[in-house]
Amino acid sequence: MRINAKTSEKIAKCLIWTAALLVIAILFSIIAHILIKGIPMISWQFLTDIPRDMGRSGGISSSIVGTLIVTAVAVIVATPFGIGTAIYLTEYTRESRVTRIIRFSAESLAGIPSIVYGLFGFIFFVIYLKMGWSILSGGLTMAIMILPTIIRTSEEAIRTVPQLYREVGFSLGLTKWQTITRTVLPSALPGIVNGVILSIGRCVAETAAVILTAGSALRMPTSIFSPTRTMAVHFYILAREGISMDNAYGTAALLIILILLLNVGFNMLVNRFIAKGR
Amino acid sequence: MTQTSKIDIKGLNFYYQQKQVIKELNLELPKNRITAVFGPANSGITTLLRTLNRLSDLTVGARHEGEILLDGKNIFDPDVNVTELRRRVGMVFDVPTSLPMSIFDNVALGPRMGGMKSKSAVAEEVEKALRMSALWDDVKDRLDTPAARLSGGQQQRLCIARVLALEPEVILLDRPCSALDPISTAKIEESLMQLKEQYTIIIAPHTVQQAGRIADRVAFMLMGDLIEQGYTQEVFSFPKDNRTNDYLTGRFG
Ligand SMILES: Nc1ncnc2c1ncn2[C@@H]1O[C@H](COP(=O)(O)OP(=O)(O)OP(=O)(O)O)[C@@H](O)[C@H]1O
Ligand SMILES: [Mg+2]
Repeated sequence: MRINAKTSEKIAKCLIWTAALLVIAILFSIIAHILIKGIPMISWQFLTDIPRDMGRSGGISSSIVGTLIVTAVAVIVATPFGIGTAIYLTEYTRESRVTRIIRFSAESLAGIPSIVYGLFGFIFFVIYLKMGWSILSGGLTMAIMILPTIIRTSEEAIRTVPQLYREVGFSLGLTKWQTITRTVLPSALPGIVNGVILSIGRCVAETAAVILTAGSALRMPTSIFSPTRTMAVHFYILAREGISMDNAYGTAALLIILILLLNVGFNMLVNRFIAKGR
Repeated sequence: MTQTSKIDIKGLNFYYQQKQVIKELNLELPKNRITAVFGPANSGITTLLRTLNRLSDLTVGARHEGEILLDGKNIFDPDVNVTELRRRVGMVFDVPTSLPMSIFDNVALGPRMGGMKSKSAVAEEVEKALRMSALWDDVKDRLDTPAARLSGGQQQRLCIARVLALEPEVILLDRPCSALDPISTAKIEESLMQLKEQYTIIIAPHTVQQAGRIADRVAFMLMGDLIEQGYTQEVFSFPKDNRTNDYLTGRFG
């Protein structure tokens, strides 16, 4: 039996719509479930008190601080290296065996399970460099984990900058470095920021690798050498050990809100920057 | 030639990989004059302009033979500072390309990167350049708005202003009016006639008529060969070469 073009078009449309609706419905119900159960738990005390009695009571302030600082360390370390590598790959070399090796390595690294990074961080930072379980060990491990993502997204963003912008830069007597920083990078910025936001999401969500490198201490960290328990880890331990499902939901809800806020904040920053130029 | 020449091209050959696109070119470009280099498509005119400030260095697989003397000094000498050369020999491309920043910042970029620190000096330079390119009155109230919002003609005048802000000695213009309406074209041509008092201008004209209107001297190129050159009136009225005559009378091209 042959189906005519119109009918097959209709069936395809129907299937695509169902798939899309299903995905949205699932996502939405997960998020709604967590927010409905979690938001009532969020109080002033929840935000400002440290966890007490293993997290049964008290708040999660030390985890919030730990999450933010581990992520900040990772992003601050990985972003310059990532953008630098991307600039090297796009502007300072021609396609060659070396660039292919670098790109292949970055792509392979992006696909490695995070626990492998955790193990490496544990052996190298925690034990070999004697940094112990600390925000620094965790942050540096996360930095290595997100580096491939930042390299790839930055490289793609830089490649889409019109060649003419570079020629304009050079024709105005700019040096290569000036051309890159003044004409290429500003145009590539939205794409680069996108990669950084993705990476922040991965850092905030990471558990296994963070437990191995930053530990799971509940104390308020006093420096980057203190151990800490990030929100995702706290949530994992609360739920897994059945300590307090209520507080687990509260932590998860806050995690979702935090990621949303970061996304919106960064996008606003980028849009404001772009509005100046376009 | 009675006029002192600003640029003296001697025996220039230019190749993209194996393909030769400029052949044994000898040409003198007089100071404070407008020289129009014209010819049919693919004659190598853009290539010639890009070679004059060594933007051609950026093209992978391009190479040249011969000399280009700027005030008597070969620009290909190893001790020549290329970024300084490009400030002295500014270029306006055939596609108006404003950078994604404000009008002011577009024009200020060159001076700032060249080391001009004082804010007031930069602002002065920007205003001067915008006035000379006949754009000031259009944009003086919205210098902080994105350059991309300007019309095509305004963007091309912005590109000219951007080059003028470098205080160059030579200005290269590659079909600066190809995207423009007649009124904008007239404005730019008027500016160019004034600018030649201070600068040496080399233009790839949009049309033969444009060359006739503004150029003091013309050079006719065909498939990489310089066929004929001389004073505009002489070449246009009494072309020595049949091919020039054919092109001017529209019999090919
Ligand atoms: N980057 C490049 N690589 C290889 N060949 C090129 C390159 N740029 C130009 N060419 C070739 O060199 C020849 C001369 O090109 P050029 O752009 O200098 O001519 P033109 O006179 O400016 O032409 P048009 O009237 O189209 O602007 C053409 O055949 C063109 O295809
Ligand atoms: Mg051309």
